[in-house]
Amino acid sequence: MNTANETTLDGHNQGADNDHEHEPMPTGIKRWLFTTNHKDIGTLYLWFSFIMFLTGGAMAMVIRAELFQPGLQLVEPNFFNQMTTVHGLIMVFGAVMPAFTGLANWLIPMMIGAPDMALPRMNNWSFWILPFAFLILLSSLFMEGGGPNFGWTFYAPLSTTYSPDSTALFVFSVHIMGISSIMGAINVIVTIVNMRAPGMTWMKLPLFVWTWLITAFLLIAVMPVLAGVVTMVLTDKFFGTSFFDAAGGGDPVMFQHIFWFFGHPEVYIMILPSFGIISAIIPAFSRKRLFGYASMVYATASIAILSFLVWAHHMFTTGMPVFAELFFMYCTMLIAVPTGVKIFNWVATMWRGSITFETPMLFAIAFIILFTIGGFSGLMLAITPADFQYHDTYFVVAHFHYVLVTGAIFSIMAAAYYWLPKWTGHMYDERLAQWHFWSSVISVNVLFFPMHFLGLAGMPRRIPDYAIQFADVNQIVSIGGFAFGLAQLIFLAVVIKCIRGGKQAPAKPWEGSEGLEWTIPSPAPYHTFSTPPEIK
Amino acid sequence: MTTKHQPYYVPSQSAWPIIGAVGLFLIAVGAGQYIQQLKTDGTSGGYILTAGIGVILFMIFGWFRAVIQESMAGLYSSQMDRSFRQGMSWFIFSEVMFFAAFFGALFYARMIAVPWLGGAANNAMTHEVLWPNFVAIWPLETTPSGETTQAMPWSGLPLINTIILLISSVTLHFAHVSLEKSKRTALTIWLGLTILLGLVFLVLQAEEYIYAYQEMGLTLSSGIYGNTFYLLTGFHGMHVTLGTVFLLVLLLRVLKGHFTPDKHFAFQAGSWYWHFVDVVWLCLFAFVYVL
Repeated sequence: MNTANETTLDGHNQGADNDHEHEPMPTGIKRWLFTTNHKDIGTLYLWFSFIMFLTGGAMAMVIRAELFQPGLQLVEPNFFNQMTTVHGLIMVFGAVMPAFTGLANWLIPMMIGAPDMALPRMNNWSFWILPFAFLILLSSLFMEGGGPNFGWTFYAPLSTTYSPDSTALFVFSVHIMGISSIMGAINVIVTIVNMRAPGMTWMKLPLFVWTWLITAFLLIAVMPVLAGVVTMVLTDKFFGTSFFDAAGGGDPVMFQHIFWFFGHPEVYIMILPSFGIISAIIPAFSRKRLFGYASMVYATASIAILSFLVWAHHMFTTGMPVFAELFFMYCTMLIAVPTGVKIFNWVATMWRGSITFETPMLFAIAFIILFTIGGFSGLMLAITPADFQYHDTYFVVAHFHYVLVTGAIFSIMAAAYYWLPKWTGHMYDERLAQWHFWSSVISVNVLFFPMHFLGLAGMPRRIPDYAIQFADVNQIVSIGGFAFGLAQLIFLAVVIKCIRGGKQAPAKPWEGSEGLEWTIPSPAPYHTFSTPPEIK
Repeated sequence: MTTKHQPYYVPSQSAWPIIGAVGLFLIAVGAGQYIQQLKTDGTSGGYILTAGIGVILFMIFGWFRAVIQESMAGLYSSQMDRSFRQGMSWFIFSEVMFFAAFFGALFYARMIAVPWLGGAANNAMTHEVLWPNFVAIWPLETTPSGETTQAMPWSGLPLINTIILLISSVTLHFAHVSLEKSKRTALTIWLGLTILLGLVFLVLQAEEYIYAYQEMGLTLSSGIYGNTFYLLTGFHGMHVTLGTVFLLVLLLRVLKGHFTPDKHFAFQAGSWYWHFVDVVWLCLFAFVYVL
């Protein structure tokens, strides 16, 4: 689709035209603290995300260890609640979102032929405030009264009347995460709109760029709403307001409306970039062009628009008027249409392709199958009367872990394997990577699939104890969980091994891959496309 | 390439962002502790907060100085200028959505929460069981739990403030036109006048708050009416303050001879921001005061 100018192939356009590029390459800690380079910042985001992934994962291990048997054995219920809460917050805001932002930083400028992100210093700021936000969040766990224990959705009045004192710190750390996301999203949008190389027209953009453009729009639209709702929680708890207190004329259900107005677009923020990744990998390893490029773009946009009209499907049991229940049910089901278009297109791309099964492709195929399972359970949850049964059970937990772990996280893993040669200049260890894939894909299903049955049988989520009849399945789930957690250490090993050495990667290590990033050498030079390539 | 390409300016390493990150960290920790210490006699939060604000101000000053120097040195291409404009527009959009959250709360409370507490729709039993004496009217002068307050009338100070802000938008527009026509004296006068109007607005707003607290019993804790009133007008007031500082910096730069008729992104951004704050006020005036 995109054939770049020959001059970019050998990378000889690097360096000659910008004064600052004659400066010596910065080294040491200063390189990372002061950096304005999109590749450095992308690397920082990705490592930060991985550290958070392991941290949140450790909390999941605590949860699964406690749930290994019925009764209370390892942790206090209040600590259990803090674990579920902070696990969710870390995985959403600390692992998945920064991973996507890191990929955006690394890839978007290279994919559109831009010299860097549009606002490089702000880009640095967007990243460096994040570790501080999570430092605050994590340190609140060690304070008197404990950390946040009200669930990552911090429903009022759990987060207002009944929350620990550290809630003020929780609120401000969420504010910082929001500021980071908004600035990051502004950078992405402006980069895509303003910095495309000549000839890189809209319908030539790689789908990863398209999906991120739409994601960035969603971020700018809803992160401020999250900031608003945490602010109301803060004033309700500390300044005597009653936004979420019926005694003062407010309504706790109003919290849920405002939160989910943010929250539902948020879940698409965590999946749309995945769609872009899968749309790059499936064609590359099928050695065919992507089937239905334009329909992919329109489907992404439709999903984004619909995401603003479905928030109350999280609240079917709150006693909304029947009209509202029906409206949100139908709108939710409508989302299956553009999502179905995407699944169809990926499968059609593979149809009669000459497929090879390197690790990125394995993760991508697993994504299609397992994300579809998560999508189907989502459809089940969308049916209002059925949701009355499923609401707040492990069925919901199973559903969103299928879309977030085997969806978002698997696509991030696929992306990491796919672009690692470009980032490090080395091929990763394919054998070890396949070990990672197979152990992950098996354990993740042992972990999450039985949760569907637990939920349908009535096991409630976020409770440290359960009835005796759930014991066997919970043990299986916990074993799957420990195995999945361990399997991710293989990923760490593959990445470190790949950075330290390995077979030299050519500029284009994957036969079927397309896009400007494969026209520059591996590893990608520190500055790329200082002079924009011409896209024919 | 045949046409000469002006390279996109990618700044070299900068310490300002990490300084800003530390500043924001101190603000968050300080503000969090300060709020937790409201009921105790601890003071550490206040100090950390002040330090954080100091660091952020230092960062803003240094970062903006660097950007202004780069701009004056002609490092910014027209493409760069577009990046700034688009960035500012999206930032303002994010601000719109921030206010939307609070307007959403206002509408939800007025249209749904309060009527339901009064027994509307299928909530007769809610009303009967929880607060049978509660009367659902807006402005909510008596909350279900019995707190009473008075509603802020729209005539008087709010109306005067509306007129002041509207005029300030016009004067700022005149300033912009003067800048584009290179009429520097007119530019200075119109811009100065805008700042003055902004300050008058803020003083009157403060006076309104004092009156509300002391005479009307309308406080932050007087139920959903007072909550939405203070959070909406309060955040708006903070934005007017920020906007006024923004314009003040622009005025200083104008006096130093910055900006040309065709290159004045900072001025443009400040004026967009001011107009945005003005529009928010109009919505506020309509939905918080009048209707």
